Amino acid sequence: MRGITKAFPGVRALDDVDFTLHAGEVHALLGENGAGKSTLIKILTGALERDSGEIRLDGTSVDFQSTGEAQSHGVSTVYQEVNLIPAMSVTKNLALGPSEGWPGVISWRKARARARAKLARLNLDIDIEQPVGSYSVAVQQLVAIAHALDNETSVLVLDEPTASLDAQETATLFDIVRDLKQRGMAVVFITHFLDQVYEISDRISVLRNGGLVGSAMASDVSRKDLISMMIGRELGEVEAAYSGKASPQTGKEKLVAKGVGRRRTLKPFDLTLRAGEVVGLAGLLGSGRTELTKLVFGAIRADSGSLKVNGKEAGSHSPRRSLAAGIAFCPEDRKAEGLVGELSIRENIMLSIQSKQGWLRRLPRGQQEQIAAEMIKALAIATPDAEKPVRQLSGGNQQKVVLARALASRPDILLLDEPTRGIDVGAHAEIITLIRKLCSEGLALLVASSELDEVVAASDRVAVLRDREKIGEIVGGEIRRDNIIRVIAGDDDRQH
Amino acid sequence: MQSRAIWPLLALVLILIVAGLISPGFYEIRIVEGRLFGNLIDILYRAVPTALVALGMAVVIGTKGIDLSVGSIIAIVGAVIVWRIKMGDPHVAILFIALGAGILCGMWNGFLVAALGIQPIIATLILMVSGRGVGLLINQLYGGTDPSFESAFLQGLSTGSIWYIPTRLVLAAGIFAALWLLIRRTALGLFIEAVGGNAAASNLAGVNARLIVFFAYVLCGLLAAWAGIIMTADTHTSDPVSVGLYIELDAILAVVIGGGSLAGGRIYLGMTVIGALVIQSLTTATLISGLPPEYNLIIKALVVLTVLFLQSANARRAIHRLVYRRAS
Amino acid sequence: MTLKFALAGVALGAIALAGPSAFAQTIGFSQVGSEGDWRPAFSANMQESAKDYGVDLKFANAQGKQEEQLRAVRAFIAQGVDAIIIAPVVVTGWDQVLREARDAEIPVFLVDRDVDVEDKSLYVTRISADFNLEGKLAGAWLAAESKGDCKIVELQGTTGSAPAIERKKGFEAVIGQFPAMEIVATQSGDFTTEGGKKVMEAFIKSTDNLDGICASFAHNDNMQLGAIQAMKEAGLNPGKDVQMVSVDYVPAIKDALDDGEANASVELRSAVGEFIYPVVLDYIKNPAELDKWIVIPSDLHTAD
Repeated sequence: MRGITKAFPGVRALDDVDFTLHAGEVHALLGENGAGKSTLIKILTGALERDSGEIRLDGTSVDFQSTGEAQSHGVSTVYQEVNLIPAMSVTKNLALGPSEGWPGVISWRKARARARAKLARLNLDIDIEQPVGSYSVAVQQLVAIAHALDNETSVLVLDEPTASLDAQETATLFDIVRDLKQRGMAVVFITHFLDQVYEISDRISVLRNGGLVGSAMASDVSRKDLISMMIGRELGEVEAAYSGKASPQTGKEKLVAKGVGRRRTLKPFDLTLRAGEVVGLAGLLGSGRTELTKLVFGAIRADSGSLKVNGKEAGSHSPRRSLAAGIAFCPEDRKAEGLVGELSIRENIMLSIQSKQGWLRRLPRGQQEQIAAEMIKALAIATPDAEKPVRQLSGGNQQKVVLARALASRPDILLLDEPTRGIDVGAHAEIITLIRKLCSEGLALLVASSELDEVVAASDRVAVLRDREKIGEIVGGEIRRDNIIRVIAGDDDRQH
Repeated sequence: MQSRAIWPLLALVLILIVAGLISPGFYEIRIVEGRLFGNLIDILYRAVPTALVALGMAVVIGTKGIDLSVGSIIAIVGAVIVWRIKMGDPHVAILFIALGAGILCGMWNGFLVAALGIQPIIATLILMVSGRGVGLLINQLYGGTDPSFESAFLQGLSTGSIWYIPTRLVLAAGIFAALWLLIRRTALGLFIEAVGGNAAASNLAGVNARLIVFFAYVLCGLLAAWAGIIMTADTHTSDPVSVGLYIELDAILAVVIGGGSLAGGRIYLGMTVIGALVIQSLTTATLISGLPPEYNLIIKALVVLTVLFLQSANARRAIHRLVYRRAS
Repeated sequence: MTLKFALAGVALGAIALAGPSAFAQTIGFSQVGSEGDWRPAFSANMQESAKDYGVDLKFANAQGKQEEQLRAVRAFIAQGVDAIIIAPVVVTGWDQVLREARDAEIPVFLVDRDVDVEDKSLYVTRISADFNLEGKLAGAWLAAESKGDCKIVELQGTTGSAPAIERKKGFEAVIGQFPAMEIVATQSGDFTTEGGKKVMEAFIKSTDNLDGICASFAHNDNMQLGAIQAMKEAGLNPGKDVQMVSVDYVPAIKDALDDGEANASVELRSAVGEFIYPVVLDYIKNPAELDKWIVIPSDLHTAD
């Protein structure tokens, strides 16, 4: 790709970017949110039209009008948010898209055979007649990769493939990627996990603000250099953010859960959240982190135990009552549970505070704009204005909008489920800093995260989960990677 | 919003221009029998029931729902009006009874959709299919042999005039204003749009999604009742079998012409009224055109197709590309 | 019951001959639905007068759906009724079920509307009013009234429906004989009051307050009643400035005739049991080839 340029209204998304991909290599594409990674990929795969520049595939100039056309030329993509149809079986999902034989005629016998072959290539052994939605996100991700691959694929783009995978699954994926590489495939790998970049990549390119900062062999560039290339500031600041932890506090009890649980969801647990304290939730994927936060928020109804908020018994629990009681919640899956894509940033931010106010007492437009502007500034949401539909924002900025909505409702207790999922290093640090700052202002925080480093960096106390059960708490100075891992499973060897 | 608003308005203006070419006196407005009189007034006048129903539909569509039963609600409301008149109730009270009947129908739909979680198209189909039968049964309550009536009050609301202006236009403007205030000056509009855009996210953000959806259907029932009152008083007779037949389709069409999407998440009240006016001006223009009635539906389909085509982002892009390539 | 039967039998000699051997005949009647004013009256008359003829009538309302009607007819066949009367919802799709009836040796009679079958012997006869004749009667009355000089606006029934097509044809056949009679505007009012009102409102504007228009011909009374309302609201005098002629003769048009707001209405009889049952019962007793269409006469009613 040579001199690729793309402008959106108000933003120059890509400015004269060169990008070269060699057969048989894994090429990591890095950059902060809004750096232009997604745009570059979309242009490569025909999802967007470029304004200028040239794309050459095996020496010939190409101009893909659609992703289908790109795919027929061997360029396939697996996007960050899994694009499968959850209610349809694995076979049917894999049968979608270009097919052999008569158009519109599907032989299910052949489709099943093909589905099995595709999954076998990824060493994935699952029941192909089950709906895709019945599998974990990780398996769905692998099915999506299987869907993207066919015999002609020469370029495979993986957009944050590991964002929702645990260590084991990531390792499996990397084995597959190495295998594909051996077969001469060129793989573009977009991620925020620097460990993984070094683990799998041969070459690294970094984008920032729509421009190419640099491109180098992975062995030639250090982590520190890489991070500063990405965020354009000294790493010291980021480290400072991570090490800003205060000592454990013993603030006022804001939330006390006793024996709260739900059958088949999470075993009853006790948990106390105090003002000015961050409680981390650690555990593997599927250990019950999300379920715990949702039980506390009332998004999942508990069938046992009691919950006290600010000393008052919270009877029948629901998100509405929780908000009224001063609890706010940022869900993990921002697309499905976090944002209303068609609504503007302002409207999304207003939603919780307005439902707290009731429908009759609408906040005047001026006040709405003021709150939205404050939030955009405080969380450094990159947008020309607050009226932009939220679906047009990049992933990290969308996450910030979810956070902004929770904060706008002025909660005493804030529950964050994977607050940094799919967010780049810079924003990551910003959010961790923000969490610490909110905490120092007396907020009680519960942070569930699959990133152990994040839990370690942010928390004053860590609750550890395993197999849908809370199995322990770690406090203060004891909060270290190795300790947490030991609690989760003495010999479980986590990779990052 | 601005660019989207252009197409239906353009369509409206074009239809009116074409109508003027067909019929020279088309724009003439006089005063007859103490009220304004002319084709343009007729369009506004006749568009009122469709517009009212379409406004309710816009709210329901905003929640990502649909209400197919509006025509049946009109039939029920008409039957209730005649029944109560024959029973000798005061006519002002009958107005409220009729509105209550519409609200009741809306609550039924809302209950099925919001409480039982039945898909809107199926849930409202139940009343759509059974409603006209209910209307006939109500007619049976007074024998049903002569479903016509005289009511100065109700007919005044429908066919009367205030200061030369047809009363129903004044009434419709009032209802529109009240609805606009309800949707845009409370947080209801935001909640409806949020629920229609993403119900799960709205729930987690503290919005009572079920209640909002329920309320949307009630509102739709109420607006359909107003339409039913105006239509019934217009012909001062109740005809449950054919009154307001297919009005749900015109209402949905008006919402869509006005830029609404059946995927929900947005309410355009003003543009929905424009949509209803486009449909009615088309109907009126066809009526005076002298074309055989066999062409009515085809012409309607063609114009609607054109408007929707121009609104489609994909089609616009394709046209733009075509023109752009030609030029370069 | 017996007494009534005897009385009816005396009145209609044909039945009397059936005498004591004939217990009540069982007849299945599949009705279209209950739309408008005319059809419920028609259904009621069929049920009422069945008693007079000693007929055990099995009545099935098809709610305007052919599938419903086919199901009803098959049920009649299964019950082994003596005869089946059908008021068809649509004209096509009848061959199969009529063949089933013939195999079961049950005679089928059509009322009101016609069917389109290849083998006309599948049904005995059709007993109905002649829509075409109704149109002719209206046209003839208007020709006489206007002395053959009249510009007419026409309110058609539902586009493509048999009564709309035939009434228009019959009407045009008559006024075609008079060079000075002409339909200047015609539109569909869908047989409804609301439709008639809307169309007349448009006509009033497009003809400059019905300037030079001498008559309004509506394919049914409901539309004409709507047209009368529209004219009154526009300050015109229906029945005086413009001759109002329509078809059906429903109760409301009688009032309009009395008030001088309508001038003539051709009666589409709803009390047709007295025309239908004798034919059917006679055939059951004595199956003989009948004409494929037995016309129920139409009367024209005027204000005076």
